[in-house]
Amino acid sequence: MATDHIDVRYVAGLARLELTDEECATFQPQLDAILKYAETLSQLDVEGIEPMAHPVPVYDVMREDVPGTSLPVEAVLANAPEQAQGQIRVPKVIAEA
Amino acid sequence: MSLAQSSLTDLRKQIGAGTLQPVDLVDELASSIEARNSEVGAYLSYDIDAAREAAAQADTSLPLGGIPIGIKDNINVLGETCTCGSRYLEKGYRSPYEATVIQRLRAAGAIPFGRLNLDEFAMGSATENSALGKTTNPHDPSRIPGGSSGGSAAAVAADMAFATLGSDTGGSIRQPASHCGVVGLKPSYGRVSRYGLVAFASSLDQIGPLTRTVDDAALMLQAIAGHDKADSTSLDAPVPDYSAEIDQGVAGMKLGLPKEYFGEGIDPEVRKRVDESVKRLEEAGADIVEISLPHTEYAVATYYIIAPAEASSNLSRFDGIRYGHRNRETDDLLDLYKLSREEGFGPEVKRRILLGTYVLSSGYYDAYYGRAQKVRTLIRQDFEKAFEQVDAILSPVAPSPARKLGENSEDPLQEYLSDIYTIAANLAGICAISVPAGTVASDTGTQLPVGLQVLGPHLGEASLLRVAKAAEIR
Repeated sequence: MATDHIDVRYVAGLARLELTDEECATFQPQLDAILKYAETLSQLDVEGIEPMAHPVPVYDVMREDVPGTSLPVEAVLANAPEQAQGQIRVPKVIAEA
Repeated sequence: MSLAQSSLTDLRKQIGAGTLQPVDLVDELASSIEARNSEVGAYLSYDIDAAREAAAQADTSLPLGGIPIGIKDNINVLGETCTCGSRYLEKGYRSPYEATVIQRLRAAGAIPFGRLNLDEFAMGSATENSALGKTTNPHDPSRIPGGSSGGSAAAVAADMAFATLGSDTGGSIRQPASHCGVVGLKPSYGRVSRYGLVAFASSLDQIGPLTRTVDDAALMLQAIAGHDKADSTSLDAPVPDYSAEIDQGVAGMKLGLPKEYFGEGIDPEVRKRVDESVKRLEEAGADIVEISLPHTEYAVATYYIIAPAEASSNLSRFDGIRYGHRNRETDDLLDLYKLSREEGFGPEVKRRILLGTYVLSSGYYDAYYGRAQKVRTLIRQDFEKAFEQVDAILSPVAPSPARKLGENSEDPLQEYLSDIYTIAANLAGICAISVPAGTVASDTGTQLPVGLQVLGPHLGEASLLRVAKAAEIR
């Protein structure tokens, strides 16, 4: 397993979190300690062991392909921080060239 | 015994006999909440008038007819808040739909009541990670109630609820139940629909009841269990009558004591209470045998890779766009995501998102997440082998009684390690319950409850409840 330090700032970027310098300084040693502890798993021989993503063997559950009612648009929109014309309003996504 | 201390079983009898009206129950809760919630802080919010109105219309012929049931604030109830103990969802969110468990409680006649405090997004073991309020242990206000379903456990223990729903991802029902002296059941994975439970770690989360008695846990499970088309991981397996065999006792049953759960690290007084419970079951005719769950020492590390990995993915939905908090100072989309999340989430949630993102990131996935998934298989196999030998497994719930408030705030790893006895059940997907096993005196003279954990095979709730009932102190 990796023994180097976690690059908290880089990982925060991947996770879409804007951390303060103070938070980075707090999390760094805490996360290092947790990851170091997690290295105990490397003591085990897991060759040939099937990975387990899920506790019960349920696969490819499909619902019946019939139309049903969805949540009311107003109730869903009411939760949006900003809305306009029956849609959720967001900052401009495409920048001008 | 006051009305507020009644079990569901007692309430049902009295309501059935016509000596008690559902409205009386609401009034009783209102006065206990008035008396104790400012100290205990179990409820984040509640609406007495709405409950009174529902009580007046309740169908008392139903199994939970007219009985208010407290709800952890990460389960969606139509039209109510669902804060998850987070600043992110504190304002502006009202559930546009209803969790399946709530629909089922209503179908059983119950009245979903109030919003109970929790660690933010159910991440924690003390309810200290709630951004919205402090919950204390009803047996000792200087101590934690446990977590993450701390509000759900404390409400029952402080007579502010007859029964509640919690959720359990790594012990979040059982550990607070143990610390508060109530019964807490984590059903097998897939037994209860997760639809409408705000997802933390989807392969580990289950909703379950916190109650005064084992009989009540059976009643609650009966109401909420079963297949749900809205949750593809819920199992299409028959739901037995959980009360039918609950009184049959443990004579002739084989119960296992995993030697790895009784090693170093357990408080000697906790150990005594657990030993006494084991003795009680032995005297009731159970055959007690030592067993081994050899991969126990790897459970915490496995869990704290898998659970944060799933959490980092699940919590990506909180991006400032569709609901909850949005930073309004930026007009850049990427900054909006980052700032909304930064402002909305507390430290433990950020820690777990970072950890989960890291173990899933390019170059580290195989070493951490991939390996943890394989060790998870080994942990499940430990239980499968054990249940070939025994009907149920007995263990402590937590290594010590409820700790003081604020003790582990700078040391998350230390806090994670205290989950050692409860997390394996979630990794393996099996059912488990915490039953009060007595109390331990604290250094300040308070009596701190301790629980016995009973673990059963997947979908083995009926016999699990039977063992739990035999172990119950009456």
